[in-house]
This record gives sequence, C-alpha cells and structure tokens, in this order.
Amino acid sequence: MAQPPSPPSTPAKAAEPSGEDVCSLASSFGTALREAGLEVSLGSMIAFVSSLGCVGVESRGGVYWSGRATLVHRPEDFDSYDTVFARFWEGIDPLSLLPPPPVAEVTLAFDDLDGDGADGENEEDSDTIAVRYSPHELLRDKDFAECTDAELAELAELMSQLRLGGVMRRSRRLQPVRVPRGRPDLRRTVRRALQAGGEPITRSFRQPGEQPRRLVLLLDVSGSMESYARALLRFVHAAVVARRRVEAFALGTRLTRLTRELSTRDPDDAFDRAADAVQDWSGGTRLGESIGIFCDQWGVRGMARGAVVVVLSDGWDRGEPAAMAESMARLGRVAHKVIWVNPLKATPGYAPLAQGMAAALPFVDEFVEGHSLASLEELAVRVAA
Amino acid sequence: MGVGPGSVTEVADGLSANDYLTSEGLATAIFLGLSLRRPLLLEGEAGVGKTEVAKTLASWLGSRLIRLQCYEGIDVSQAVYEWDYSRQLLHLRTAEATGGASGADAATLEDSLYSERFLVKRPLLEAISHDDPAPPVLLIDEVDRADDEFEAFLLEVLSDWSITVPEVGTFRAAEPPIVVVTSNRTRDVHDALKRRCLYHWVEHPDFEREVAIISLRTDGVAPALARQVAAAVARFRDIGLYKPPGVAESIDWSMALVRLGVDALEPENAEMTLGAVLKYREDQGRVRDFGLDRIIAEATSR
Repeated sequence: MAQPPSPPSTPAKAAEPSGEDVCSLASSFGTALREAGLEVSLGSMIAFVSSLGCVGVESRGGVYWSGRATLVHRPEDFDSYDTVFARFWEGIDPLSLLPPPPVAEVTLAFDDLDGDGADGENEEDSDTIAVRYSPHELLRDKDFAECTDAELAELAELMSQLRLGGVMRRSRRLQPVRVPRGRPDLRRTVRRALQAGGEPITRSFRQPGEQPRRLVLLLDVSGSMESYARALLRFVHAAVVARRRVEAFALGTRLTRLTRELSTRDPDDAFDRAADAVQDWSGGTRLGESIGIFCDQWGVRGMARGAVVVVLSDGWDRGEPAAMAESMARLGRVAHKVIWVNPLKATPGYAPLAQGMAAALPFVDEFVEGHSLASLEELAVRVAA
Repeated sequence: MGVGPGSVTEVADGLSANDYLTSEGLATAIFLGLSLRRPLLLEGEAGVGKTEVAKTLASWLGSRLIRLQCYEGIDVSQAVYEWDYSRQLLHLRTAEATGGASGADAATLEDSLYSERFLVKRPLLEAISHDDPAPPVLLIDEVDRADDEFEAFLLEVLSDWSITVPEVGTFRAAEPPIVVVTSNRTRDVHDALKRRCLYHWVEHPDFEREVAIISLRTDGVAPALARQVAAAVARFRDIGLYKPPGVAESIDWSMALVRLGVDALEPENAEMTLGAVLKYREDQGRVRDFGLDRIIAEATSR
C-alpha cells in the first residue's frame, strides 16, 4: 500500500488547517482505505469531509469516530480501518504492533476410512501423501483457477443451468385474488364502487402470497474436500446467482461468508473473489466449531430460521464430536430442513463412520450424495421438495 | 431541529440527562447525524440499547417519537399510508342517497373520496408531513426484518424526504425528521441504504459505563450490587454463550435482584434469578459448568 504524502503525525498538529488541506488529507485517507480493501464511495467521502467540518480535526476521537460513522459500513471492516487510521493519522506502522506471524506448519495426517485407526499425527515415516486433514490452520491463498481442466469447465457450464427452487412458505404480504377468498380488499372495492356510481357491487379480496424459503449453503473447503470443493463451489455459485434469498458460507478452520463474492454473475470473477476471501482454502477442519460459529453469528439470529440449510461436506472433523452434535442440534432446531451432501457417500461400502459425520447425522433431515452432476441434480429436487 | 447541538459533548450530556449514557463513538455519530441531517444506522447485538437511542433522542430534543416496527412482508399500507375505506364507503352511500353520485359529479365525488380527509397516515408519511415545531424522531426498528422491496422504497424516502400519494399529490418534509434505523444484522442491509446513512456499531459498554447505566436505570440498587452485576455479566460475555447478555439483561437482572431485596450477589440468589439474564437452557448449563460460585467470587472482588 502506498504511503500517503507526508502524513501528519497527529491531527492535533494540524491546528487551523485550511478547508483545502482537510479535503486533500481526507481524500488521501479515503484512498488509503480503498487500498486496504474498503469500499469508499464518493458520497461517503463528502460526508466525511462535512463531518470533519462539524467535529473539527483537533481531537483524535473526533476524526476517528467521524471516519467510522461515514466511511465504514460494516463491522468486518473495523480492523482494516483501525490499521489504516493508525498508519495515516498517527504515523504508526501497524506491523510493528503485531506479533510475528506464526510459521505455517504442515502436518501429514493419516486417516483410514474406518475412522478408528491410530491417530497418525506427525508420522514422518508414514507413506501417506495426501493431506487428509490438518489440525493446523493452513492459511494459504491458493489460486484454484489454474487447476481447472476442460471437463470441470464443461460441468460448470451444466451446473449453471441447474435451478435450485425453494420450498414455499406463506408470506405476510397479501396478494389480490380473483375468487372471493381471504380478506376483503377494501381499496380495490372502493375503486370499483366509484365506477358503479358508488355502489360496491363487485367486492375484491386479497390473501397471503407465497415466498420461497431462504436457502443457506455451507461449503466445507478443508483439505479433505479438496477434490470436490472446487466443483461444489461452482454449484454454490450457480445457486447464489439463480435466485434471491440464497446465502453461501465456506467452512474450514474459520467461517467465511461468500454471498457477496459469489453474487457476481461471471463465474471466473466470482471464483477469484471467493478464493481471495477464503483464507483457509484446503486447510484444516474444524467443522463442528465452524457450524457453531455460523449459528452464533448468523443462523440462530435469523438467517437459518425457517430456511433450508444445505451442508456440503465429507464430515471429517478434527474437533470434538460433541461440539459437532451440539452445533447441528442448534441448527436443526431453527432450520426448516437440514440437508447434508456428502461426496463420499457414493463410494461403495461407505458408512458414515467419520466421527464428525456420525455425530451430525441424527440432526440431518436428508443425507444425500454430491459427487457428480447427477447427484447435484437430485439435490436440486430435494431442496425444492 | 431548531437549534442543533453545538458539540459532541453536548450530545453526550443531553442524552445522559435523559438517562442514556453513550460512548464517545455513539455520541459522535449522533452529533453528526443531527448536524448533517443524515439518517443514523445502528447495528449491534440484541439488547445493547439501539432502540433506546431513538427514544432518548426524542425526549431530549422534546420532539415526537414516531416508530415503525419492520417485519417480513411490511408494505406501503402499513408503513406509509392507507385510505380509510369504511368512511369512504359511507361517504359514497351518503352521496348516492343525496343524488350526488350520478351524472357529471362523478369526478368531483372521486376527488372528494381521495382527499386528505380520508387519508390514514402511517409512520413514514406521518414523519414526512409533520408540522411539529421540532422535527420528530423517526425510529425505523429492525429494518433487517423487512424485505428488499421495502428497503428500496425506504431508500427513496430517505433520499428525497418526500412521499407521493398518487391521488393527492406529493408530501415534502419542510424539515426532515431525525431518522434512526436499527438492525440486528440477521441479513445485510443493502449497500445503497447504508450509503445514505451514518453507520455505528453499538458495542456492549465497558465495565465502568455499565455500572453507571445499571445504577441509573435501576431504582434502589446498592452501588456494590451494581458493580457485581456488571462484573458478572462481563464475565458471562466471554465464556462463549449462545446469547451473551446485553445491557438490557444486566438491568433486568439487577431489577430482579433489587426486587428480592438483595444487596450483594451470592451464588444462591444469582442461581434463583439466572433466568433474568440468561435465556437459553444451554447457556445456564454452561455458566454452571464454568462455576457460578467462581464468577460471583470474581465479581465481588472486582
């Protein structure tokens, strides 16, 4: 990020600044915020400058809170704002405040499908090559676009034609009906009475309409899902752009909301954004915990209430099975329906023995495959059922 | 707004005189909202006092509070205006009986039917068409519960400060109302609406402020009890509960304790009144597992 031109060490030193100074300082600050990834519109900048006019630039608090109120629109951006604020107005290098970044550690862990094998952490002599899952968070910014092959592209094309309908529920919004049913629509009745010389001969009615239920997609992006996550992300993208009221999240060692990133129609663009947003792509698994965080921050508050929740995961979880059961129980209590899509389910002889999967199953309404396009088509039908 | 506040401190003092203690950030946001005449969007956990901001603003500024509670499916007839149909029908029948409904007078009749006389103003129109000496405070509560269509409409009203009723004409606010929009963040409010507003995320108060709030809002609370409740609630907030208690719960809890004649928090009386502060069985279980005795011992020594 570019350093702003000669930042003042403190706003206090900029006593009696001219209006022009304030404007140019404010706009460099806005630029610095944009470089840090915040969306700062021109309207917000104007509001910020006007705010400084009201509050003044004499106190740190005044400048700080004016900026927070006008330039930042969501809590996720507070940290970036603080960092840029410290660097810009106070000349502090935020990196000096942070502890040194931990050295990423890759652990190869072996896990046989029976799930009861010896805990194979740190087995250097193990001949396992595939990273099944890692207890350590692998923070990797991985560019998955380069891994796409022709087939995947073709499948993606087909997936974008999948339409995920929704179960309907009654809405509170009333719609006019032709038959006399529901509540009288007086507005229309009066209108018609006027045409009939004041006599309400034809009566009109309204009744509650229907709304599709919200659809929430939780995609596991941990290492063990690597071979499926990319294809399933295309599916999730297709679902998000196809209709309204669809929310998407990535589950890994952390929870990342992807709805915004995926709402761009262009699939490649959407993927780039999603890959940037998900920092733990193909990292470790803390599935139960992530679902719990989803419940806390979004689900139970309202997003999952009465919604159809689809979890796309193989069920490998490094965390406690009890945590998984608890999270799924909470999710099940508020959701209309919970569907678990497991790509491994299609494997011959598969039994849900992975601890996480076994813990989650009692709270799952439907357990389906998700390894092929055909199974996803099947899923689309189940979602709408 | 008559005379707007001159400084952030004036806002903080004004609100605290009306029993609401703000943080510097919130006071700044309110001050800017009043000075720049922008709607203020407040987000935050349930129970941190978002709605209370609007109520307190109204009583401080001596203006009327107009509240619009949003819910799924809210539409124009509930939020903006509605015609008084029964009276319209009566009027029609009367006109008919006196012979006014026939012939050339039909147009006149229609005009009289759709005049302000039969217009029922709902909160938004009420706030725009006010003729109060001080502009009213318009509270749009829990906007995240309304749907996108309503939000788009709201955006239009908040940008133009005018509402058009096709049959009557356009109402324009002589002085725009002071608007406070709250959201619990069950979904994202649309960016366009956010851009219209000043934004503030309301946090749980820090310890000293929470003590002050409890003392201010609970009659007859012993100073020691207020501190203990604030300390215990602060502890509850960082042991990973489903629903960390907000200030509203702290106040409820102290009220419950005061009502029972308690002047110091003890494991027994805390156990009995736990339902006032923790409303999930799992949360109560978690606090017990963690050790209610331990939390109370810590709180008492703070």
